[in-house]
Amino acid sequence: MTLGFKVLSPGLHTTVQDLGRVGQQRVGVPVSGALDGESLALANALVGNRPGMPALEILHQGPRFAVSAERVRIALAGDGAAIELASGEIVPAWRSASLERGSEFSILAARGSVCAYLAVAGGIDAPLFLGSASTYVRGRFGGIEGRALRAGDIVPLTLDRTPEGPELRLPKPPSAGLGERVRVVLGPQREFFTEDAIAALLDGEFRVSQNADRMGMRLDGPRLAQKSGWDIISDAIPTGAIQVPGSGQPILLLADHQTTGGYPKIACVVSADLARVGRCRPGDVLRFAAVEVEEAEALAREAAARLADLAASLEPCFDAAALDLGSLYRANLISGVVSARE
Amino acid sequence: MAREGGATALAAKGSMAVRFLSAGDRALVVEFGDRVDPELSDKVLRLDARLRAAPLPGVVETVPTFRSLTLYYDPLVTGRRDLEPAVRGLLGRRGGGRRGARLWHIPICYEAPFAPDLAEVARLTGLAPAEVAERHSAPQYRVYMIGFLPGFPYLGDLPAELALQRRADPRVKVPAGSVAIATNLSAIYPYESPGGWHLIGATPVRLFAPERAPPALLAAGDGVRFAPVDAARFGAIRSAAAAGDYPVANEAIGE
Repeated sequence: MTLGFKVLSPGLHTTVQDLGRVGQQRVGVPVSGALDGESLALANALVGNRPGMPALEILHQGPRFAVSAERVRIALAGDGAAIELASGEIVPAWRSASLERGSEFSILAARGSVCAYLAVAGGIDAPLFLGSASTYVRGRFGGIEGRALRAGDIVPLTLDRTPEGPELRLPKPPSAGLGERVRVVLGPQREFFTEDAIAALLDGEFRVSQNADRMGMRLDGPRLAQKSGWDIISDAIPTGAIQVPGSGQPILLLADHQTTGGYPKIACVVSADLARVGRCRPGDVLRFAAVEVEEAEALAREAAARLADLAASLEPCFDAAALDLGSLYRANLISGVVSARE
Repeated sequence: MAREGGATALAAKGSMAVRFLSAGDRALVVEFGDRVDPELSDKVLRLDARLRAAPLPGVVETVPTFRSLTLYYDPLVTGRRDLEPAVRGLLGRRGGGRRGARLWHIPICYEAPFAPDLAEVARLTGLAPAEVAERHSAPQYRVYMIGFLPGFPYLGDLPAELALQRRADPRVKVPAGSVAIATNLSAIYPYESPGGWHLIGATPVRLFAPERAPPALLAAGDGVRFAPVDAARFGAIRSAAAAGDYPVANEAIGE
């Protein structure tokens, strides 16, 4: 029997994701990977993994699991997300905890983000396809049988027993940053749009519509008028591109977007802000600001440095949570673990 | 939200200088023109071949499309300022291109259950259904690019008398294996998907099979010829293909 987590309830859309499948867009295979790569990396760091190890991406609503491995160390990342133990007690996001075989736990979905990431020490033992474990549901490959988790699945783990060692926590968790302006580089088809459309993109407010998934999100807001009705000759689409079909209603493309397309792209979100955009929920408001490409490249370097600083800031929990949760939560001794009813 | 797009029949605008367009801070588009044209495609594929033979530092992948090559890069390693001159330096040189390209003989069935739009295409073009099939299977197509779905090839050029705009009313479900036409292109749907092209046949061959190495049958720069088969043969090939026991006939094509 494969040991890991047994899925008691799958949540709304829980998939295995890593940092994506690079090098296959030339044959139409999307990059996929975590919508919020920063949180994936931090969840992994909290359990001692490399930043890009496969973890569970949890969208909207959390799953419930039973541990069938002997002992696992887990950590959750996501603004306002938490792990609820069978006792009703809560392990908040941004710290690790270890659970014994037979423990049941639920993920309380992130409140400040559409997504949360559950990492496990040693990683999830999903086969690599074209260099990545990321699930691409539309192509039916990656992750667990190329699909979202179902009740009854076993999420296989590479370790049956996590090594001893202190639990870790992130002293200053990042905010989801949803209120801040999203930086974009205009183009590559900015000349297809009127000056009014460019101004509307940069001055207007856009609300994430209900039509949002891992491929992309339609934005409600000012109509972005094209100078003419012509489509472009299909070309490559980067993640974060804002494409505008004839309706004038923009679509912001996310991890599972198609690799090429024929709608003009008015702008592309800078890579430093992609994780922030990936956290957006239907109803969230986006405002954009333009930067030049050299500035966007500098922002990418700063974002990488900031993430490395966060990962380096992890500290051991010298409180009771470092010890065995199973015995401690029964004794209600664990700091950082608060009652769900408080 | 997704659409297979394609080429709008734009008037040829003559030759253009190469343009460099940033698509965010991780993608640089090298654009050779603004039409669907074998000559522009050759330029795209030549640059792609050079960059694959001698990768530039920080370039993580390249994506050839009809008239442009997109370079994806890691801004922690390189940047627009370094890449543009490096690529310009590669443009004038000869060689590269379609080396390694293959010509594939893809079975196709134009019979009724596989060709829901054949009668309408015949009506719109003023041809008999059999003539549509005959003309569609006559040329050797170029795989201009793969996109929209894993393994989805954009094939050109379609005989001019078959060129039609996309359907006004796109389908929610196009069956996997459907062979379709729109504008001056033909395509094959590797997966069931929404789609707005006219469905005039189907192939039993799997264009993308995760368990195969490599999973994608076709690559940009390859050639395709359609080989008509009847429904019985279609069924036999599909069974063999599902069992991984149908090698698609192919041969090398040179520069």
